[in-house]
Amino acid sequence: MQLTVNGHTVDVPIHVTTIGLLLDHLQLNKELAIVELNRVILQKDERDEATIQPDDYIEIVQFVGGG
Amino acid sequence: MFSIGPYTFHSRLFLGTGKFSDFDTQKEAVAVSETEVLTFAVRRMNIFEPTQPNFLEKIDVANYTLLPNTAGAKTAEEAVRIARLAKASGLCDMIKVEIIGCDKTLLPDPVETLRATEMLLEEGFIVLPYTSDDVLLAKRLQDLGCHAIMPGASPIGSGLGIINPVNLRFIIEQATVPVIVDAGIGSAMDAAQAMELGADAVLLNTAVALANQPVKMASAMKHAIIAGRESFEAGRIPKKHYATASSPLEGLSK
Repeated sequence: MQLTVNGHTVDVPIHVTTIGLLLDHLQLNKELAIVELNRVILQKDERDEATIQPDDYIEIVQFVGGG
Repeated sequence: MFSIGPYTFHSRLFLGTGKFSDFDTQKEAVAVSETEVLTFAVRRMNIFEPTQPNFLEKIDVANYTLLPNTAGAKTAEEAVRIARLAKASGLCDMIKVEIIGCDKTLLPDPVETLRATEMLLEEGFIVLPYTSDDVLLAKRLQDLGCHAIMPGASPIGSGLGIINPVNLRFIIEQATVPVIVDAGIGSAMDAAQAMELGADAVLLNTAVALANQPVKMASAMKHAIIAGRESFEAGRIPKKHYATASSPLEGLSK
């Protein structure tokens, strides 16, 4: 399945059907990740269960050093 | 002690988390500063680098109030989106509105800052707008209901200190919400000056992060802010044009 994640075209295996599984697949820190799915920001309690489909547009951000 | 919205703080030093050379130094600087508020930016994760380190993992987040900023936004709408992303972290509901209107000077866009502040207040955020030292703009932000005003001392990262103390004093005197002097602080002297003018707190980053010894500068800033606040509360003597002797003029042995 092809997705756009943080501006990159990414191919993920067919079993990656939710945001939680996508974060696992990309080995990203789930404590820190904040996710926007097709321009809709996901709250933390609903984030991991959100289902993904081909061609979804996903942004994964986090807090970084800043002033 | 002073309060911003529902939060009460003992320390009047807010510390940014950018530009530190390494996490160990940063962690020690944060501890030594005794700050209770840390600012952060919101940026994309590198999806190709799973092991990317993050300062949040190095500290006990429960010990701090996080103040994410909207840096990178050029419009009110972009700032609101970043603020919503930050809130979705589940870690905080405070937001520093930072909308840069000029890439060269990094000065904030007053119109977009005002718009974003209004939009974010409507959404229930605790809103702290970073603004220029314009007195009327500060008043307009306050009239909207923002929870604190953050006028810049001088351009971000410049270390020029307080370039318009008169405006800053006007802002502080007319403020009904806390005033946090943000940006441009270069040394302990600048931080003490901000506090002597009556600011409620100081937010700084580069002055500590890029000092030759960041941990020692963090300590210096802590002390300067305490000293500046005590000096403000104690009330300075009026300035005079001529000398007045401290020692008695009578009883001189001849």
